[in-house]
Amino acid sequence: MKITREEVERVAQLAHLELSPKEAEMYQGQLDAILTYIDKLKQLDVSKVEPMDQVHFDGSGHTNPFRTQSYGADTHTHPDGTVESAHSELRNDELRPCGTAEALFRQSSGAAKPFFRVPKVIER
Amino acid sequence: MTRGATAWTVASIGQALRAKRASAREIAADYFARIDERNAELNAYLALSPDRAYSRADQVDAAVAKGEDLPPLAGVPIAIKDVISTQGVRTTCGSKILEPYIPPYDATAVERLEQAGAVILGKTNCDEFAMGSSNENSAYGPVKNPVALDRVPGGSSGGSAAAVAAGLAVGALGTDTGGSIRQPGACCGIPAMMPTYGRVSRYGLIAFASSLDRIGPLATNVADAAAIMSVIAGHDPNDSTSAAVPVPNYAAEISNPLNRMRIGVPEEYFGEGIDSEVKEKVLAGIALCEKLGCRRIPLQMPHTDYAIATYYIIATAEASSNLARYDGVRYGLRVPDATLRGMYRKTRAQGFGHEVKRRIMLGTYTLSSGYYDAYYLRAQKVRTLIAQDFADAFQKVDLILTPTTPAPAFKLGEKTADPLQMYLADIYTVTGSLAGIPGISVPCGKTKAGLPVGLQIFGPHFAEARVLQLARAFEAAGGFSI
Repeated sequence: MKITREEVERVAQLAHLELSPKEAEMYQGQLDAILTYIDKLKQLDVSKVEPMDQVHFDGSGHTNPFRTQSYGADTHTHPDGTVESAHSELRNDELRPCGTAEALFRQSSGAAKPFFRVPKVIER
Repeated sequence: MTRGATAWTVASIGQALRAKRASAREIAADYFARIDERNAELNAYLALSPDRAYSRADQVDAAVAKGEDLPPLAGVPIAIKDVISTQGVRTTCGSKILEPYIPPYDATAVERLEQAGAVILGKTNCDEFAMGSSNENSAYGPVKNPVALDRVPGGSSGGSAAAVAAGLAVGALGTDTGGSIRQPGACCGIPAMMPTYGRVSRYGLIAFASSLDRIGPLATNVADAAAIMSVIAGHDPNDSTSAAVPVPNYAAEISNPLNRMRIGVPEEYFGEGIDSEVKEKVLAGIALCEKLGCRRIPLQMPHTDYAIATYYIIATAEASSNLARYDGVRYGLRVPDATLRGMYRKTRAQGFGHEVKRRIMLGTYTLSSGYYDAYYLRAQKVRTLIAQDFADAFQKVDLILTPTTPAPAFKLGEKTADPLQMYLADIYTVTGSLAGIPGISVPCGKTKAGLPVGLQIFGPHFAEARVLQLARAFEAAGGFSI
């Protein structure tokens, strides 16, 4: 067994999911089968491999999207020699109007403008 | 104009509008009539937006009357997968938890389509939060495959694929996280493209797995897919992961000569588990590409077999985080309880379906204390190896050709009891998802039972034009009905 009934219940707690006993049993069996399958990754030696924490992987070793990197023919070079990277610059951190709050409050069952009402959280 | 008689394309609509043989309003009305006739059976659409569609169509007709230049998708009826936000039009993600949700803004891709003159018909059914390979995980019932009504249309963009294949839209937007555009495209027998990660803005796409999610087109022909790509691609300040790479005019580039393109054929995609008829058709498709002047180069991509396991760790980990926002507090379903925690737990228990809960739990488990290194970190390392397989291959070849799916569309209900078997339907598509590269599925003949087979073409990052170019040449040479 890769995962016990207690672990299924603990994970459901962490994920804020209420499970019936029948559901807990079903998920235990299914998650067990999936985790057993996933174990095939243990066949690989990854001790010298860097994790891919950015998606724009080009095999050059540069994986940070906020630094300039080359995409060969897909990179755009300006006449002044600057290379436009495939990645956007981070935009300036400045306030911009959003304008969606009204529409959201209108459809929210817990709206109490400018707040959302929830059950009591702090006991006095 | 005769109703329902014409198989409209982007090009034929443009010509008809300019020649005043049809109005955009008439074409939109024709599509709503077709939907009215077929949708009860297919369940492809969850919501229609006739007011929005006719108002856009009237703008197009006014432009025609004034003799103005028409934008590239003028009057083209398009369907939008229900995980993509549409202002004022209900967007459920195929989930009960968003049943009452009406987005207050449009996704960038939708906004760009309308700016280009497209007429948005409505929202298409999908697996809940795009999690599935058969469309059977929709809270609003499965979609039926228009080619064979007892079979699934594929998933998760099953409604988009079925709508286009049945002539209930000229084109559609789908989303692809592990195969969800390409696999239903293959199952329903239409071209379906996943662009490079970052090529199309994800702003307004309701997130499933943020390092994998992409928006892309489904259409009845390659030129239409290219026309939609040209409109939706490009940088968007509202999505910091959208790329600032210039967007080619795909529609113009698809007719470029192939120039003895090198096509790689990885042996790992033709091994154990592939249906013999699918293999036969795809190999015939590859042979046709050789006849067109392409040079075939055998490849080995040794980490292919690890892609499903890697994908189901990374995608579910990201999903468990992204779907934490559905707590009943601000929008969507709220199930009342005396305590806040009880409200969260009951809202999520009643609002999410089985597959979504399964994936949230798997992701929560692999990210939880003590398991992170063994699962998530290891998967991110194997993802590097899979991406490296592609980077190495693209040193030797221009494009990579594989089957899209190991088997044609399966029967409704056939795989619902065994989630792992369902996951394996994506075995040939998840690799490209993990690597971030573009891919298209194009029709490649049918099995003896008449079920469509898909040929998948992968290209390097941002080489969509090259992928579309071979797809177009393949189509022109009769590959779709090989």
